[in-house]
Amino acid sequence: MKKTLTFFHTFQTLMTTGKTPYIFTSVYLVLTTLLVYIFPQQQFFFLLFLVSAWFIYSLPMSRNFKLGLGIVVALFIVPVLGVRNIFYFEVIFQICIFAALALGLNIVVGFTGLLNLGYVAFYAVGAYLWAFFGSQQAYLLHVIPGTAPANTPFLLPPDAFYLFIPLGMIAAAVVGVLLGLPVLRVRGDYLAIVTLGFGEVIRVLANNLDKPVNLTNGPQGITPIQRPTLPQPVMDGINAMLYPLIGRYATLDEFYNMFFYVIALVIIIVIIAVIIRLDDSKIGRAWAAIREDELAAAAMGINVVNYKLLAFAVGAACAGTMGVLLAASRTFISPESFSFMQSIGVLSMVILGGLGSIPGVILGAAVVVVLNLQILQGLSLWLSSLRQSGGVIPVINFAWSSLSNQLDPAQYQRMIFGLILILMMIYRQEGLIPAKRRMRGLEQPVIEDENATPQGDKPEANHGAA
Amino acid sequence: MLAFIIGSGTVLSLIIVVLAFLLRGSPIDQAAVAKNGTDIMRYTVDNLPQVLIDGVTLGFVYATIALGYTMVYGVLEFINFAHSEIFAIGAFVGVEFLIALNNAGVLAGASVLASYGWMVVAILAAMAASGLVAVTVERIAYRPLRNAPRLVPLISAIGVSFFLQDAIRLVESLTTGEFHRIIPSFGNFDDRIPLFNAMIGVFPIKIDMGVKSLWVIVAAVLMLLALNYIVNLTKLGKAIRSVAQNQPVSSLMGINVNQIISLTFFIGGSLGGAAGVLYALKFTRIDPYVGFFPGLKAFTAAVVGGIGNLTGALLGGIVLGMLETFAGAYLSLFTMGAAGAEYKDILAFAILILVLIFRPSGLLGEQVGQKA
Repeated sequence: MKKTLTFFHTFQTLMTTGKTPYIFTSVYLVLTTLLVYIFPQQQFFFLLFLVSAWFIYSLPMSRNFKLGLGIVVALFIVPVLGVRNIFYFEVIFQICIFAALALGLNIVVGFTGLLNLGYVAFYAVGAYLWAFFGSQQAYLLHVIPGTAPANTPFLLPPDAFYLFIPLGMIAAAVVGVLLGLPVLRVRGDYLAIVTLGFGEVIRVLANNLDKPVNLTNGPQGITPIQRPTLPQPVMDGINAMLYPLIGRYATLDEFYNMFFYVIALVIIIVIIAVIIRLDDSKIGRAWAAIREDELAAAAMGINVVNYKLLAFAVGAACAGTMGVLLAASRTFISPESFSFMQSIGVLSMVILGGLGSIPGVILGAAVVVVLNLQILQGLSLWLSSLRQSGGVIPVINFAWSSLSNQLDPAQYQRMIFGLILILMMIYRQEGLIPAKRRMRGLEQPVIEDENATPQGDKPEANHGAA
Repeated sequence: MLAFIIGSGTVLSLIIVVLAFLLRGSPIDQAAVAKNGTDIMRYTVDNLPQVLIDGVTLGFVYATIALGYTMVYGVLEFINFAHSEIFAIGAFVGVEFLIALNNAGVLAGASVLASYGWMVVAILAAMAASGLVAVTVERIAYRPLRNAPRLVPLISAIGVSFFLQDAIRLVESLTTGEFHRIIPSFGNFDDRIPLFNAMIGVFPIKIDMGVKSLWVIVAAVLMLLALNYIVNLTKLGKAIRSVAQNQPVSSLMGINVNQIISLTFFIGGSLGGAAGVLYALKFTRIDPYVGFFPGLKAFTAAVVGGIGNLTGALLGGIVLGMLETFAGAYLSLFTMGAAGAEYKDILAFAILILVLIFRPSGLLGEQVGQKA
């Protein structure tokens, strides 16, 4: 045992000193990229490739090298691999969407300490906003769902999408403030239930607002929703680059995948930048103060209600923006996409990654999405192939074919979310990557800190002094 | 209590009848005539007795679930989010038990009395199972977090709730191949008892009540009486109330606090389990996610009545059951189909928000502190 530990320690020092991390990361990246490129159907290699992002983030390398590598991966390698296997684009796009949602929810739950269980409601607001204005729905207000006449015109030109990204953001923020005004006076655990109720209200409305006026097309959902037009010269340019790499031209759908992926990436970078700035400002410290002790914060002159409203609005804005993007990229939305389960899914990403930690929640989003899309579905496929293979487990003499068809891991997302929440709460409340600003509320009593070594860094002290 | 039920029922009925009276001759009335063949006044009055009975039945189901929330909240100040799944587990245990009996041929020729006896056994089995699950959940997922900040056990409870939903589904689908179950029809549970049949003025009024509804109400009332006896008149109840007031002092007085908390979870959970069987009896069909809405509404009921207060939970349950049934029956009629019965689910949340804003302590609750 001790020997393994020493070995691990040597390995760790080796990995964190000198040129080794540079060489290791580059070699790892090149190797996994080649593996995915050569075997596009092997999902395991894609998982290995995704891990390279973690190395780029965590190993000690110069900032510029990390940035350069990140840009190469994001703008060059991912699109090529995504064209090799379109499923990988879906995984990465969903990671982006949920990372943005988790970042937004993190403001509300992680920074301000308000448990919001109806977060996808804001996502729905953004999505339905573009779905309504970017489809034919405005001309179908008095038409029963499912009986839309052919060649109904679209209300707006497809490029209005760009306008609706900020509009979706504003609309969701307004809804967040309108919800927050009456609700934020309620105490912490009640707030959770009330926001849960609000999330359900939005879903029920989306389901039932096909009468008296057909706004949402009811449970059938709205389709087709327009996508912005892509400029032909840019597509030609990319094709000229892609052709030698993949041996064919990319299809229009693949271009749309790339397009929405890049937009999602840009939005996430903007969100991260805004959140980092907010967190380091007076506002971020006010949020942290409210989270740690609301009464004390109010006594220090912080306008508790206003700052809570701001947190709600900023969090909602993130979700609203992503909602617009979702509606455009899917060209179809229905109330099912905005269920309570989705809210809990986003919450489990935030909890898994670490409340209040920006890299943490992105990691959480990636892990949960990969778990749902790749690992669970992979298990399902594996089990069904075992069933068909007619094999038998030798010792207990159990025929795979007698395994129930109902045992389909892809159907058990709730169980995964539930397990994440329970296990993280019991064993690691600070998450996989704990936040830099320590959450006193989630830790053992402060008395233990006095025994800690004096030179141990206490980030909260810096913030307290500022 | 009885006065409250009659009072709230009367007030709601009066409101509805007055509304119907005011709307005579309006376009809404004409739409109702076109749809039902009777004018709005007549339709309203004809349906009223049935709606009232359904409302009270549903109200007692909610009240029984709400007691589980309110007992745990009273002792630990913590929303047991997983209570709705404890309820679902009770429903499944009871229904599976009855299905097994039915398959064994026990229920087919059973006399009325015997079928009632089996129903009681099913409810008791569900109570035992739900109570045990509730205690286990407390032991595993809540007790390690008892001294943590408030949101931590709540998040853990949400996790338990989601985990249990899929756990029920997994067990059900592996053992039976499907996860929707339907309670077998046996005994005279599908019969209706005529209560009143006469002419009042020109209106022929006919009121009857399903045996199921009667069962739900009687069983719920019996359990509430038993709970009242335990909490208020036994030594055990005294210990529970003591722990609710002050844990350290209770333990100084020689009360085993952990044991009492486990017991509270057992009592609350078993009430939830019994409510599950009653719910299955009334609505026939259950699935692993069946607990979600009743759980939320029962929680709302607990808040409306004043969380932590047992009588309050009962009153809140009745109010919510009544309002929901009235909304389900009349909303569509009074809005010409614009707002259908689907909106009755929203009603509970609207009430919850209004109560929390204007009277956070609920109908009967004590004032709660500001500190979260």
